[in-house]
Amino acid sequence: MTKKTHRLSDELQKHGISRRSFLKFCTAMASAMALPPMAANVMAETLEKVQRQSVIWLSFQECTGCTESLTRSHKPSIESLIFDFISLDYHHTLQAASGDAAELAREQAMHAHKGKYILIVDGSIPTKDDGVYSTIAGMTNLDMLKEVAKDAAAIVSIGTCAAYGGLPKAAPNPTGAQSVSEIIKDKPIINIPGCPPIPVVMTGVLAHVLTLGIPELDSHGRPVAFYGDSIHDRCYRRPFYDQGLFAKSFDDDGARKGWCLYEVGCKGPVTHNACATLKWNNGTSFPIQSGHGCIGCSEPDFWDAGGFYKALSTSNAEPGHWAGVALGAGAVVGAAAALANRHSHKQAESDKTEITLDDMKESDA
Amino acid sequence: MNEVELLNWARGPGLVGASFIMVFGIILRLFEIFSLGKAKEYAEVRSSGAMGGIKTIIQRSIPEPRYWRYIGAAYLFHVGLFVVIFFFMPHILMFESVLGFSWPALPNFIIDIFSVLTIGGMIYTLMSRFTNPSRRIMTVFSDYLVWAVTFLPVITGYMTFHRFVGDYTCMLAIHILSVELLMIVLPFSKLSHSFSFAISRWYTGSAFGKRGTL
Amino acid sequence: MTTSLEQGINTLKAAIDAPTASYFSSCVHCGICAYACIFYTETGEAKYTPMNRLEPMKRLWEQEYTVLGRLKKLIGLSKAITQADMEAAVELNFESCTTCGRCSMICPVGNDIVYMIKKMRGALTAAGLAPPELKGAAVRAIEKGSVMGFPMETLAAQVRAAEKETGIKINIDEPNVDYMLLLSSAEVVQFDEIIGSLAKIFKQAGVTWTFSSKAHEAANPGMHMGAKDIEAQQIEQMVAAAEELKVKNVISPECGHAYMAIRWDGPNVIGRPYPFKVFHIIEVLDQLREQGKLKTNACCTEEPITFHDPCQAARRGGVNQPQRNLLNMMSSNFVEMKQHSACNWCCGGGGGVGSLEKTEELRKRIFHRKKRQIDELGVNTVVTMCATCRNTLEEGLENNSMDVNVIGLTEAVANHLLKENES
Ligand code: SF4
Ligand code: SF4
Ligand code: SF4
Repeated sequence: MTKKTHRLSDELQKHGISRRSFLKFCTAMASAMALPPMAANVMAETLEKVQRQSVIWLSFQECTGCTESLTRSHKPSIESLIFDFISLDYHHTLQAASGDAAELAREQAMHAHKGKYILIVDGSIPTKDDGVYSTIAGMTNLDMLKEVAKDAAAIVSIGTCAAYGGLPKAAPNPTGAQSVSEIIKDKPIINIPGCPPIPVVMTGVLAHVLTLGIPELDSHGRPVAFYGDSIHDRCYRRPFYDQGLFAKSFDDDGARKGWCLYEVGCKGPVTHNACATLKWNNGTSFPIQSGHGCIGCSEPDFWDAGGFYKALSTSNAEPGHWAGVALGAGAVVGAAAALANRHSHKQAESDKTEITLDDMKESDA
Repeated sequence: MNEVELLNWARGPGLVGASFIMVFGIILRLFEIFSLGKAKEYAEVRSSGAMGGIKTIIQRSIPEPRYWRYIGAAYLFHVGLFVVIFFFMPHILMFESVLGFSWPALPNFIIDIFSVLTIGGMIYTLMSRFTNPSRRIMTVFSDYLVWAVTFLPVITGYMTFHRFVGDYTCMLAIHILSVELLMIVLPFSKLSHSFSFAISRWYTGSAFGKRGTL
Repeated sequence: MTTSLEQGINTLKAAIDAPTASYFSSCVHCGICAYACIFYTETGEAKYTPMNRLEPMKRLWEQEYTVLGRLKKLIGLSKAITQADMEAAVELNFESCTTCGRCSMICPVGNDIVYMIKKMRGALTAAGLAPPELKGAAVRAIEKGSVMGFPMETLAAQVRAAEKETGIKINIDEPNVDYMLLLSSAEVVQFDEIIGSLAKIFKQAGVTWTFSSKAHEAANPGMHMGAKDIEAQQIEQMVAAAEELKVKNVISPECGHAYMAIRWDGPNVIGRPYPFKVFHIIEVLDQLREQGKLKTNACCTEEPITFHDPCQAARRGGVNQPQRNLLNMMSSNFVEMKQHSACNWCCGGGGGVGSLEKTEELRKRIFHRKKRQIDELGVNTVVTMCATCRNTLEEGLENNSMDVNVIGLTEAVANHLLKENES
């Protein structure tokens, strides 16, 4: 790919998008991220002016769902144009080149934009047995990540696999999968978790990175703008939760009436994401709206949280299964304690002497 | 360990461990108690000891109005604890997942009222440990620990429910962990009264029953 | 010399049983038991909190009979019971507890506190710390046959006097009769009118009865001391006498503690059931009333009377209804104290406390509860059914210069029937 400088304004014109609708996009982005109104203008101006940003996209242990999510927007939108704007110098799935040519492109980009390119990662990295479980052009994901990360300006982990290990990391984690942030410690890393993430969240964060720099992140490296609230906080079924009205199964009366899905396993209360506000498929719906509880996909280790259909307040293990063992152990130790007690009791019984009238006659001196 | 891992640990291994210790401890304590035995009754009984036992188990759950002033707050928080523990929907789901059966929940606003009553009752009871002379003389240091271990789940539960502080996930994890602490301490402290009360009342009640006092 | 600290601890250790262990496991240190105890309510002194009296026993239970306590002891976290601990317990278990058992009625977890106080007393006795007054009474009861130390001849003389007065023959050592009657010393020498009264009632009812020259003392100081061995010796004397006379029933006199010892403790301290039944005298009278054998057409008195329930007979012994039936038969104006029957307030003289010199001042203070109960009703007559209660009430009323009569129930019933005979 060329290194000719582009400006987004030129691109927009080429696609027949007016400046007015571009501004509208920026305002929408700014408000989605709860930025002050002025930020929209700043964003628009900067976006128009900045040069195409070199981006290297590495896909590791993943399912391509994140890329699918990004590229499958219904109609060509400004969001997707952001991707036209960036210079995607390497992307496995999307690029035309393959084999050595592809790897060459990556190396060229790394060299040309040393210290300036943004690294986007989707998928987790197998680390067990020196990472042999996933290789690209003979190079392990682990090595490639380390190599590309070294000169990156910042890293964006897209999807829960890259951000937190995701499905590959789920117990028993046969490949020793790790997240990007577990391996790379010296670069700014933005996590955009979700399985997959909401498209507009990805573009919004990228727009922010390009214009205003790295956004405010929470303790899990997620942009607070999109991940600050829990699903439960913004859920339209919340009034039912508060009133104690719950669907008990997916086809009962409560389910038909749209009651809260807590009892059927909704993880909304502990899940931070923007599904309840931005929704999916251009704002059409989101899982809870279509009758299924939140599975918590934007949280670390959500696969190991004990089942999608188990209520949050229940155990993710089986404490009941151990009750029998506990009973047995209690009985064994208890029986030993009981024997000891009996023994001391008998001992005391035989040690004490009978009280006689003579004892009553003792003087109290 | 982040809060998600903490929550997963609390809901999983933590809970398994705590339940184990609690069940183990209760059984051990029951063995300890019953191993000491009880002398046979040779006196001709006047009426049924069993009836007296059952009657006492029930009767002592109702506070004497005369002593309401001294014991009202304590009864109140026991009732509150009972309602909150056994009738809050998420708790019922927990019990159902272990026991395999469930019962109807109370609406959240009622649970909320009982939580406040419990908190108030517990704080009052704690204060009375300092102000009430007979309670003060009975107080040992562990009474304060036991109070704290009981109060923690209540206050963290309340805070989790109302999302008072910070992160829900984190609060929920802390709440569950505090319950686990309570479960571990229960059999080995005076909290054993939560099961031995029935034994005490039974023994006392059946002695009274035999003599025809009740 | 067999009493010692070690013996005390051994006795205590042997006395801790499953109920005790459950009581200590259940106690929540709420201190509510204090509000049931006259020693606390009338003095406000926290040390009189019933459960507080048992601190050494609780410690011993923990150290000896719980896994955690054993560990604590092993690593030196809990102190062994000392002579000083035991000595301090004497005041709390002997001198300021009437074993009235009221505390056991209100404990929210259902602890029978006095059940343990009696065990604690036993341990203190084994440690040689029982009050000398009680020890002396025990020696007199077993060696002389009466706690006051008078010989059998005293009873015989009182019987002859009663025979003379009533013209009714009163049996001593008559076998195969319906009842053998026991009395407490106070009834023999102080409230001796009871002998004649009963003779009349029984004659009228057609009941046969006798005294035994081998055993007539019902009061059992061994029980007060929690000394089962001593208590049993006296019970055995009584059982032997009843067996010799082949009676089917033994009557305990009014005295509450006597009833407790004979009716409930007795078979347990000797470790076998009796070959006869035991009744409280008031139970017997009520049975006769029910059978229509207490013939009377006398009008009931209209003067208001009230009744003081002896703790050991009513609350601890289960005799609650018969006295009320008899009172209602005799009076149209029987008023209950605010708290009565199983919840009655102790007069302050039971459990041996009344016989201890040291407790005189304390007894005066704690009597205020009973005083208030009587004042509230504004009655001039208090009936009771225990010689000890009667003494304590009379003494207390006099100390407070209250013009209130105290009558024994048996005597009251006799007077009532007598009135009819005369009219
Ligand atoms: S459906 Fe889920 S997110 Fe919505 S209110 Fe219920 S528990 Fe919360
Ligand atoms: S038995 Fe009576 S006197 Fe003794 S502690 Fe209990 S209430 Fe007080
Ligand atoms: S009332 Fe019962 S639980 Fe409370 S201190 Fe007394 S014995 Fe213990």
